[in-house]
Amino acid sequence: MQEGKKTATKPPVRKAPAALGETVKENEVSRRSFFSWLSLGWVGFVAATGGFFTMMLRFFFPNVLFEPVQTFRAGFPDDYIIGEVDTKWKDKYGVWMIRNDEGIYALSTICTHLGCTPNWLASARKFKCPCHGSGFKSTGINFEGPAPRPLERYRIVLADDGEIIVDKTQKYQQEKGQWSDPEAFLRV
Amino acid sequence: MIKNMAEQTKKTFLEKAAESQVWKSIFRGGGVPRNRRQRMMSVLNSVFLHLHPVRLPKHAVKLKFTWCMGGLSFFIFLILTISGILLMFYYRPTIEYAYTDIIDLAEQVPFGIMRELHRWGAHAMVITVWLHMFRVFMTGSYKPPREFNWTIGVILLLLTLLLSFTGYLLPWDQLAIWAVTVGSNMARATPFLGHEGPGASLLAIGDINFITMASDARFALIGGRFMGEAALLRFYVLHCIGLPFIIMIFMAVHFWRVRKDGGISTPV
Repeated sequence: MQEGKKTATKPPVRKAPAALGETVKENEVSRRSFFSWLSLGWVGFVAATGGFFTMMLRFFFPNVLFEPVQTFRAGFPDDYIIGEVDTKWKDKYGVWMIRNDEGIYALSTICTHLGCTPNWLASARKFKCPCHGSGFKSTGINFEGPAPRPLERYRIVLADDGEIIVDKTQKYQQEKGQWSDPEAFLRV
Repeated sequence: MIKNMAEQTKKTFLEKAAESQVWKSIFRGGGVPRNRRQRMMSVLNSVFLHLHPVRLPKHAVKLKFTWCMGGLSFFIFLILTISGILLMFYYRPTIEYAYTDIIDLAEQVPFGIMRELHRWGAHAMVITVWLHMFRVFMTGSYKPPREFNWTIGVILLLLTLLLSFTGYLLPWDQLAIWAVTVGSNMARATPFLGHEGPGASLLAIGDINFITMASDARFALIGGRFMGEAALLRFYVLHCIGLPFIIMIFMAVHFWRVRKDGGISTPV
C-alpha cells in the first residue's frame, strides 16, 4: 500500500515549453485572411452537405428495375375472336385484348379511379371494379361509378412475323384524343 | 463489525447505499434529496426525468381535465416499439415470405397474441392521439405560448398516421396490397412532383419530361412503377426504422416544450 503511494506521487513530467510567441507571429493569420478562409470553409461545408443530400435523393431512384417485362408478344390476330374480351393476359401482364369488327386493341386493367383491377363480367358485358364499383364498357369507356375517365389503351403493333406486340410503356387516353393514334388500335 | 458501524451511524440501509460511490456515480448530485433544491436537481440531472416538469400543480394532472391521452399515446408507443421489435425477429419483408410469416406469428410462434397486440395497439394509438388533440383543442391548450408545440403535435399526428399506413402493407395480403395501391396512387397527383399532378409537365426541357412514372414522388415511395417487392421493402424500412426515428425526435421536443411552455394545461 505505502509503496504504491510512493509511485503514485511521482512528479508529473512537464513538457518543454515551445517557443510560442515567435512562431505565432511569423505565421500569424490576419483578420482579413481569416474571414476569407472562414467563408471558403463555409462554402465547402454547404457544398459537401448539399452534395450528400443530392446523393441521398438520387439513391432512391435505382437504375435497374426488377419489374415484370413491359413489352410482350400476344400471339397472332387470328387467336382473338371478334366481339369478345380476351382475359388470358390479365394476370400476367394486366392487359385485356379485345377484338371488334375493325381490329384489336389492348386495354389496361388498371381502374382509372384509384388503380384497382376490375373484372370482366361477360354476362353483363362490362368491366366492374370491386373496390368502388366503377363500370366500363368493353371499349373502355366509363359509364358508372366514381371512375373519372375511360380505361387506358396500350401500344399495339404487328411484329415482322405477323405476331402481335403489346407495349405497355406507351399508353393512349381517350379523353386526350389519343385513341385515334394508329398504334393505339391494330386494324386487321 | 458491520453491526458495530450500523449502531454508530444509525443510518438506514437506503441512506447508506445513497452515500456509496456506486450510487453517487449513477445519480448525479448524489445522496437522497432532502430539500426542494435537491429534489429539483435530481430531476434536472436525469436524462429521462429532465424532459418532464420539476413539479406539477395538483389541478393540472386531474384525469377529468387531461384524459391522460398524451401519456397513453406515449405508453402505447412504447408497447408498439417493444412488440414491433419482437415481431422483427420472425418477419421477413419479401413477397415470398411476408404473408406466411404473419400467419406463422399468429399460429406457430409462442404468444401469437404479440402480433395482435401490435395491430390493436396501432389502432389504439391513432385513437388516443386524435383524442389527445381533441382535448388540447377543447381546453384551449394550443394558445400562445403553446402554439409551436401544437404544430409539433400535428406533425406527430401525421407521423402516427404514416406509421399506420406503412405498417398496413407489411402483411402483404389482398387488403394490404390494394389499400396501399390506392394510397400511393394519390402521390401521382402531387403538385410538380407527381407525374399526373398539376405543374408536373412544366418540369421539362423540350420533349424530355423530368417527372415521369419512373421518377416522381410515387416512384420514390414504392421504389418502382408498380406495387411489388421494392415497395414492401421500402415500407418495411420506413415502418421499422425511418419513421420511428423521426417520431422519437419530435416526441422529445414535444415533451420538453410541454415543460417549457408552462407545464400541462396550466393557465399561462
